[in-house]
Amino acid sequence: MPILEISNLSVDFRTVGGQFRAVDGVSMTVDPGEIVSIVGESGSGKSVSMLALMGLLPWTATITADKMMFDGKDLLTIPARERRRIIGNDLAMIFQEPMSSLNPCYTVGWQIGEVLKVHLGLNKRARRDRTVELLELVGIPSASERLDTYPHQMSGGMNQRVMIAMAIACNPKLLIADEPTTALDVTIQAQILDLLAKLQRDTGMALVLITHDMGVVAETANRVSVQYAGQKVEEQPVSQLFADPHHPYTAALLSALPERATTRRLPSIPGVVPGQYDRPAGCLFSPRCDFATERCVEKAPVTQGQAAGYALCHYPLNQGKPVGHPGPAAILDRRLSA
Amino acid sequence: MNAPVSSPVSSDVVLEAQHLARHYSLRRGMFAEPATVRALSEASFKLSAGKTLAVVGESGCGKSTLARLVTMIEPPTAGELIIDGKQVHHNVAPSHELRRTVQIVFQDPYGSLNPRQKVGTILEEPLRLNTSLSASARQQKARAMMEKVGLRPEHYDRYPHMFSGGQRQRIAIARSLMLNPKILVLDEPVSALDVSIQAQVLNLLMDLQQEFGLAYLFISHDLSVVRHIADEVMVMYLGRPVEFGTAEEIFNTPRHPYTRALLSATPTTEPEKRRERIRLTGELPSPLRPPRGCAFHPRCPFAYEPCDVDTPKLLRAPGGNADVACFAVQGELL
Repeated sequence: MPILEISNLSVDFRTVGGQFRAVDGVSMTVDPGEIVSIVGESGSGKSVSMLALMGLLPWTATITADKMMFDGKDLLTIPARERRRIIGNDLAMIFQEPMSSLNPCYTVGWQIGEVLKVHLGLNKRARRDRTVELLELVGIPSASERLDTYPHQMSGGMNQRVMIAMAIACNPKLLIADEPTTALDVTIQAQILDLLAKLQRDTGMALVLITHDMGVVAETANRVSVQYAGQKVEEQPVSQLFADPHHPYTAALLSALPERATTRRLPSIPGVVPGQYDRPAGCLFSPRCDFATERCVEKAPVTQGQAAGYALCHYPLNQGKPVGHPGPAAILDRRLSA
Repeated sequence: MNAPVSSPVSSDVVLEAQHLARHYSLRRGMFAEPATVRALSEASFKLSAGKTLAVVGESGCGKSTLARLVTMIEPPTAGELIIDGKQVHHNVAPSHELRRTVQIVFQDPYGSLNPRQKVGTILEEPLRLNTSLSASARQQKARAMMEKVGLRPEHYDRYPHMFSGGQRQRIAIARSLMLNPKILVLDEPVSALDVSIQAQVLNLLMDLQQEFGLAYLFISHDLSVVRHIADEVMVMYLGRPVEFGTAEEIFNTPRHPYTRALLSATPTTEPEKRRERIRLTGELPSPLRPPRGCAFHPRCPFAYEPCDVDTPKLLRAPGGNADVACFAVQGELL
């Protein structure tokens, strides 16, 4: 049974210019002990969907879903008091900016201790011991001396370790990591990713890794879900995604990576991700797609089957060839210049 | 360097640095001795027109300090800096003509454009300050440059907030080219951009380099981007260059342990390119108290006796084409 099951999740924000749909009908499941990655560019709704799950969105957001189940509990109807008991306990999250997600006014020991006090009701002595144990677990040297330091006294990598220590304090069943290494240097990024993978192996928790870095995905995740402009456009096991992407967006994104380039000129995707005011009618990727036809512009595609990587596309790719495509003559002229 | 000469233009050295250094002194209270931060030491390189030199390293390695020296925002504290054949003095302000030959593009296109100026004004300002062109001539030049970087004519009257990150970076690049510089310092120009947009901007940079014969000092921490765009690569650690060579040499046969660790720590999407990971323990030491000897030795898996005594010099590696500052490499132990 999956630990997390979301179906048809949508998030709308009330803005000055009207309703804006940041997440559009996203479904996903996470099994216990699995590493699932959500990739997408900025504005693809990958963080917002997870924040909706955590109940961390502001009041301007309207969350609708057919189903949002975590560990047998329905997060859509759960009262706030009950939700607070789950979050930080069985369900934890770490964020991109360790510097701004820790409170600068309290020592790191105090901040980790607060989690233990609220969820486990440990006394002062036990909290201190457990905090030292946690800091050692995440690889902070001379942990007992670090208890009384403030976040500004430590580096970004060390702060991210503190965030991880706080998140795993109650042995969560699911950890959501939102771009955990984006603000860090490569060698520190490698240390943090190794740490997350090791914790995941040792404790058997499930991990949702939100990132925009395809390299991180390839080296860490078991299963990948690709998002574009708020929609999930593809989902595949990691090796298959890189070997045979089924959605034209995934394929274009992968070939735009400098390390996969075969020519000096990089194949780029023309145009930009649609925003609030220029959302196309049919397929959201159609204005930038190499294969877009009249049908793509007029009619929104439906999700394909598992064989086609659940691609949200009229003509999902198979080994780079669009299936069921009427041929090059039907491809529309690109209306957007690069 | 023995860079292969591919076109007649490429042999013109436009930027030369010898033992360049920038130290900052830091007051630490009324009675304490001021401390010295050696942000950059012993940087030597040559850059030719039409070529790209990439400077690679993690935060605090001195790559942005190098950018500040080359753009003459700050004078060097030691060493020689020769730009376009003219020496930059430590205490004499460089001439306006010299300043015009070097321009910079910053990392964050959201912070580097004035939100209250229209694109046209942003592009014309360098001309207004540095030339005696008439308003109509300035506008004509600005519009021509907009076309070159892929902005549409109607963008001339728009404000920066109306553009996406990629387009803002195009504006910043256009602004830097208004005075026909010879050297462009690119300080993490694509780090803030999404992958699909990053490819567009990199293509633009390569096109402009070819068209104008620009020399790029390309500062980045993204090794896959560097591998794609650079001719030569300088790897830096804690203010010192540790390895210097052609991009091919550095990426195919990295020698310095830090370069190897950096390359192996970079996640790749291609399993066959994955290298055996060299795990670095610990973190970058404080530049206020750098370790004795080789600054990398506390984190180096290959450190041995001489490493914590002397600082290794950047020397040609035995049997190779790259310069490496490492005792183990120079002693052929690695």
